[in-house]
Amino acid sequence: MNSVILQIAEKYIRWLLLFFALTALLRGHHFPGGGFIAGLLAGLAVVFRSLAYSEEKVFRDFPVRPVTLLSAGLIMILLSFLPAWLTNRPFMTGVWVKPVLPLAGELKLGTPLVFDTGIFLSVTGVILLFLFSLKIPEKWK
Amino acid sequence: MNTAAALPILIPLVLMIIMIINRSDTLARWTGVAGSLLLLACSVYLFATVRHSGILTLQAGGWRAPFGITLVIDLFSGLMLMAGSVILVAVSVFSVRFIREDCCNNRFYVFFFSLAMGLNGSFITGDLFNLFVWFEVLLLSSFVLITYGSTPQQLKGGVKYLALNLLGSLFFLAGTGLFYGETGTLNMARLAELLREGEYSASLNVSAILIFVAFGIKGAVFPFHFWLPASYHTPNITITSLFAGLLSKVGVYAMIRVFTLLFMHDQVFWQHLFLVVAGLTMVIGGMAATAQYETRRVLSYHIISQIGYMVMGLGIYTPLGIAGALFFMIHNMLAKTAAFMVAGLIRRVKGSYELMEIGGLYRERPLLAVLFIVPAFALAGVPPLSGFFAKFILIKAGLEDGHYWITAMAVFTAMLTLFSMIKIWNEAFLKKTPGNHPGINPPVRLNWIDLFPPAFLGSLSILMGLFAGPVFRFALEAARVLTNVSPYIESVIYGLSP
Repeated sequence: MNSVILQIAEKYIRWLLLFFALTALLRGHHFPGGGFIAGLLAGLAVVFRSLAYSEEKVFRDFPVRPVTLLSAGLIMILLSFLPAWLTNRPFMTGVWVKPVLPLAGELKLGTPLVFDTGIFLSVTGVILLFLFSLKIPEKWK
Repeated sequence: MNTAAALPILIPLVLMIIMIINRSDTLARWTGVAGSLLLLACSVYLFATVRHSGILTLQAGGWRAPFGITLVIDLFSGLMLMAGSVILVAVSVFSVRFIREDCCNNRFYVFFFSLAMGLNGSFITGDLFNLFVWFEVLLLSSFVLITYGSTPQQLKGGVKYLALNLLGSLFFLAGTGLFYGETGTLNMARLAELLREGEYSASLNVSAILIFVAFGIKGAVFPFHFWLPASYHTPNITITSLFAGLLSKVGVYAMIRVFTLLFMHDQVFWQHLFLVVAGLTMVIGGMAATAQYETRRVLSYHIISQIGYMVMGLGIYTPLGIAGALFFMIHNMLAKTAAFMVAGLIRRVKGSYELMEIGGLYRERPLLAVLFIVPAFALAGVPPLSGFFAKFILIKAGLEDGHYWITAMAVFTAMLTLFSMIKIWNEAFLKKTPGNHPGINPPVRLNWIDLFPPAFLGSLSILMGLFAGPVFRFALEAARVLTNVSPYIESVIYGLSP
């Protein structure tokens, strides 16, 4: 498809989708959201771009290979198990650090965030993999 | 800490990630062998731990039992983990030479370990919904494997397999959902505790039947067995032998686990149902096998007939009967996988699976004849191989408890099995090579990598027959834990160590 309206709209909607993805990822542990949904939203941004232009162009311009995203995500998931294991707590226990920032107050960082980010990356990677390998099969070998 | 209990899931996951990142086929091949050996070592260690210090539980994230995700390893899980990893080791060695026919080996091993992960996950989970999830992992990876060569025939078989198994998953999910609505928990130990208090027993029968149908489909039990022979003869023989050893046994494992824990308080009904289904499964599978003239199909129908024996053990529902079912399961995993592997070797040597087109192997390949006769006679139940003791225990349990009909059927089916094994023996090994099918020329050389896996499994089957006593003792111990569930409940719900 080669529609100017869609291409202009895509420029704004892309950032909107990515912003929502980030929001869903960060609020995920205590509220509805999380890595899976964030990954779907981010994947949607790329799918939308490929509708506005073409899969080949998006694939060419895309900074990393989908498999790299997928592998990075899986490795992050594994890494998130390590802190609990090393500190001898039950498997997959969340380990938190809570630094207090000057203006914003307490910031909660922990292994669940690492885990969710891993999910986010691998879901995004898988969606891109689907998109590219269905549309341009010879690129995926 | 009990983190070790998660290793059977974590090891395949890590190996999969390694193979997704590095796509070298050589690396994948050797990772396959090394990884399966690692899994075997890990499961032996876990079994020893369970035997030494009782049921091993892991509450993920330190969340207490009915709320969090629970992994439980008791003796039954431990035994199944070990038997499963033995099959994985044998198949991974076998695949080194046999998978090479197709392209992109790397992907085979990714899904090989994905299957291993689903398998181990179903063996050690303590939660009904997680069992469903592991079944899905297993189903998806086996679907990819079954359509691995992407020939039209494989896709046809694969779609039948997928459709019927998805239907099974649907039933399972519906049953699980009803359970959750009624009791508010899906932790199996907690469910068992609630059901023993007896308040829910009447209204949960629907869900019990749904779950029975689901496991029946997964395990290829009589009225739901037709997907198995429709799909098992299509893929590469490595994959068929992997499936023959593992897939339907997971269904039976789940059946034994869930029904001993949850539903056996309504004993009369379930015992009858199980025994009737078991008898029909045995006889119909056995009779269908005698009508086949393709090695893989004969063996596929045999899987069904032998699932019947395992269900019979569950139906008898004495410690001896369940021990017999466990013994039979382990024996069957070893012997069946070995038999399929030999079928693959015959195909490699003679170029066909059709019994009509092959012959003369006894003279040409005496070693292959030995490799075939061990699992074949083990399946038929000839002493001193493992199958004899497996059937002996079941028949003894049946007679002791007064189930004469089913015992008679078991003996009759043993005859049918013997008959079809002798048929393969006569056709493939004894008779002369048919004149119009001269086979492959020049003759194919088999090297030790081809012969090792069936020899390994066959010798394990012989050892299991020779040392039937100790193996039976393990099985009996595991069966005692299954029939008396309070230790299981206590160690999951109360014995936590955060």
